[in-house]
Amino acid sequence: MRRAATGIALLLALAGAGAASATTFKLVLIARDGDPRLERSQLERAYLGHPGGPAVDGLAVALNESRLQLEAAGAQWALTTIQAASADAARAAAQQAEKAGAAVVLTDLPPSATLAVADAVKLPVLNVAEAADALRQADCRRNLWHLLPSERMRADALAQTLAAQRWTQVLLLAGPSADDAPRVSAAAAAIKRYGLKLVDTRAFKLSADPRERDLANPLLLTGRASYDVVWVVDSAGEFARALPYRTALPRPVVGDGGLAALAWHAQFERFGAPQVSRRFAKAHQRPMTAHDWASWLAGRALVAAAVAAPNGPLPALHKALAEADLDGSKGVNLSFRPWDGQLRQPLLLSDGQGVVGMAPADGVLHPKNVLDTLGADAAEKLCKARAGA
Amino acid sequence: MRRVCHLIATLAAALAPLAANAQGMAWVSSEKDDAITLIDMRTLTVAGTVPTCKRPRHMQIAPGTTQLFVACSESNAADVIDLATRKSLRRMPLGEDPEAFDFSADGKQLYVSMEDDAALGIVDAANGKLLKTVPVGQEPEGVKTSPDGKRVYVTSEVASLVHAIDTASAKVVKNIAVGKRPRRFAINADGTQLWVTNELGASVSIISTQDLSVIGTVKFELKGMRASDITPVGIAFSRDGKRAFVGLGRANHVAFVDVASRKVTDTVLVGKRAWHVALNQSGTQLWVVNGLSDDLTVVDVATAKAIKSVPVGRVPYMVVLAE
Repeated sequence: MRRAATGIALLLALAGAGAASATTFKLVLIARDGDPRLERSQLERAYLGHPGGPAVDGLAVALNESRLQLEAAGAQWALTTIQAASADAARAAAQQAEKAGAAVVLTDLPPSATLAVADAVKLPVLNVAEAADALRQADCRRNLWHLLPSERMRADALAQTLAAQRWTQVLLLAGPSADDAPRVSAAAAAIKRYGLKLVDTRAFKLSADPRERDLANPLLLTGRASYDVVWVVDSAGEFARALPYRTALPRPVVGDGGLAALAWHAQFERFGAPQVSRRFAKAHQRPMTAHDWASWLAGRALVAAAVAAPNGPLPALHKALAEADLDGSKGVNLSFRPWDGQLRQPLLLSDGQGVVGMAPADGVLHPKNVLDTLGADAAEKLCKARAGA
Repeated sequence: MRRVCHLIATLAAALAPLAANAQGMAWVSSEKDDAITLIDMRTLTVAGTVPTCKRPRHMQIAPGTTQLFVACSESNAADVIDLATRKSLRRMPLGEDPEAFDFSADGKQLYVSMEDDAALGIVDAANGKLLKTVPVGQEPEGVKTSPDGKRVYVTSEVASLVHAIDTASAKVVKNIAVGKRPRRFAINADGTQLWVTNELGASVSIISTQDLSVIGTVKFELKGMRASDITPVGIAFSRDGKRAFVGLGRANHVAFVDVASRKVTDTVLVGKRAWHVALNQSGTQLWVVNGLSDDLTVVDVATAKAIKSVPVGRVPYMVVLAE
């Protein structure tokens, strides 16, 4: 476990303005020690939907830019970042944070460690890194909140887009990793939900072995079928990146290559988004990704909660956090779904170069909030731990 | 040539203080065209375009002059255009990414919201020299000078605050918490109330200019629409101060508000994403800029009906009526 210096620097910066009577709320971010997603070779690829850097980056931008607002309210956030190498280390860090008086814990961790943290403390745990549906469904927790859109939300966004385009015949290419399996199921379910037709599901593999060419060659993988679009599920990203323009039929690719549904893209032009992306790029010398947006919005949520309950006590702060109405520069107010702790939000459709559309798609309707057409809705009751919430 | 002379004569007459001439020219800035579209206010047809600096947004006529100041966000500059000749007189710096501005009471200074610097810039209107900056919340937007010139108000979209700034000392007097994502201002006829639109609050907050507190809120509702679809931005008062007009953004409507009762009396369907609004001199027509349908709708105020929509440039932002 390693305590990073960033936390202390930020605390000084925030306290510098000198509101002596301000309430200080403690915030602990637990991140992965030696995060494989942040290795140089991975970051250089910049695959769509993969993180572009540590979660603390977005968080720091949000807390720094909200200084005036916090000062006016008489509250401040003090951030400490802890690196944990395992689920056990993450659990221990969370327990220690709670004992030391932390108000909220943020996690930039894989699913098992995220759950370990949520089970170790009574505090709200904000997940800014994991899109796994299980954390919102079978493994959900009452104190676990999600800023990043779930896999199902991303799949629904794509399926809505295809339905709106009337690209109804879908060929699904399924990746080989353990992460891919639930995402393939999420894609197939979204295809069904929006009345599209699943022409075929074919497994692919990265390989140059001629004996496996049926699994590895895009031409062979996408031949002998008729379809409007190829949907590729490839959590690793390498295969999907090189799939567009190499299909047997001249058809678009969506999913993890071609067109992807993302929480954010630095080229998004509307609703004041360029200012947000620019502030981020100025602070960290890199484009703002979907993961950065999630951790930035977590910061915005914490600021909103502190402004609503500047004197605490913690239960009041936690209530304000759960009920926050947030401006994420996506044009509408964003809020947490009480039934699974997921932040409802529009998604952007991007080919990596720009933003070509948004979901929910035009014409998609919902009896209460059209944002709830993305992801699991209340009536499905998929999160038992929050039943009655 | 004769037409030009005629036009100059007309404009000169129209620009004399409070001239009751209903003819004139509407100037419409378009964010993606680097140009201003001119609409003949009598025929409601496009009369020409004037090239300008990059990404023109807010525009305002300098007090007591015939000069139109145009804030260009991408050029970090203002273009000063002569209304009569339609030619640029000069360009001058206007801080980083200027979005909106207002003049000091004497017209000698500009108060500019500098989006990227989270500051209000105080700029010499003659040469663009940055005299002072006042730090404010992130993404400052609407700027309004009080009628007596002693205060300037600026919104912060991110902090959901209105900053009241003393112009003499260039210091923030008070941060006023309003609705979510505050955008634009209007001040009522006697200067006692400052109205500010809350884009993500589907509302207008009413601030008392005496004690700088929020004294009321106007909530907007439209049949068949959710609050999240109502995103007010542009706002204008009638000359007598009895009515306010608010562009409801994504709701594609403009609302008429009775100021005394703070009730919405009419809503009029216009184009897509109705933002900025401007009232003509006689108060008979409301001009509404539709950012996402690339056009502008002229609304008859008496009947609360749209008369005509005129195609303009790409992503039109604002209209200034030079009568």
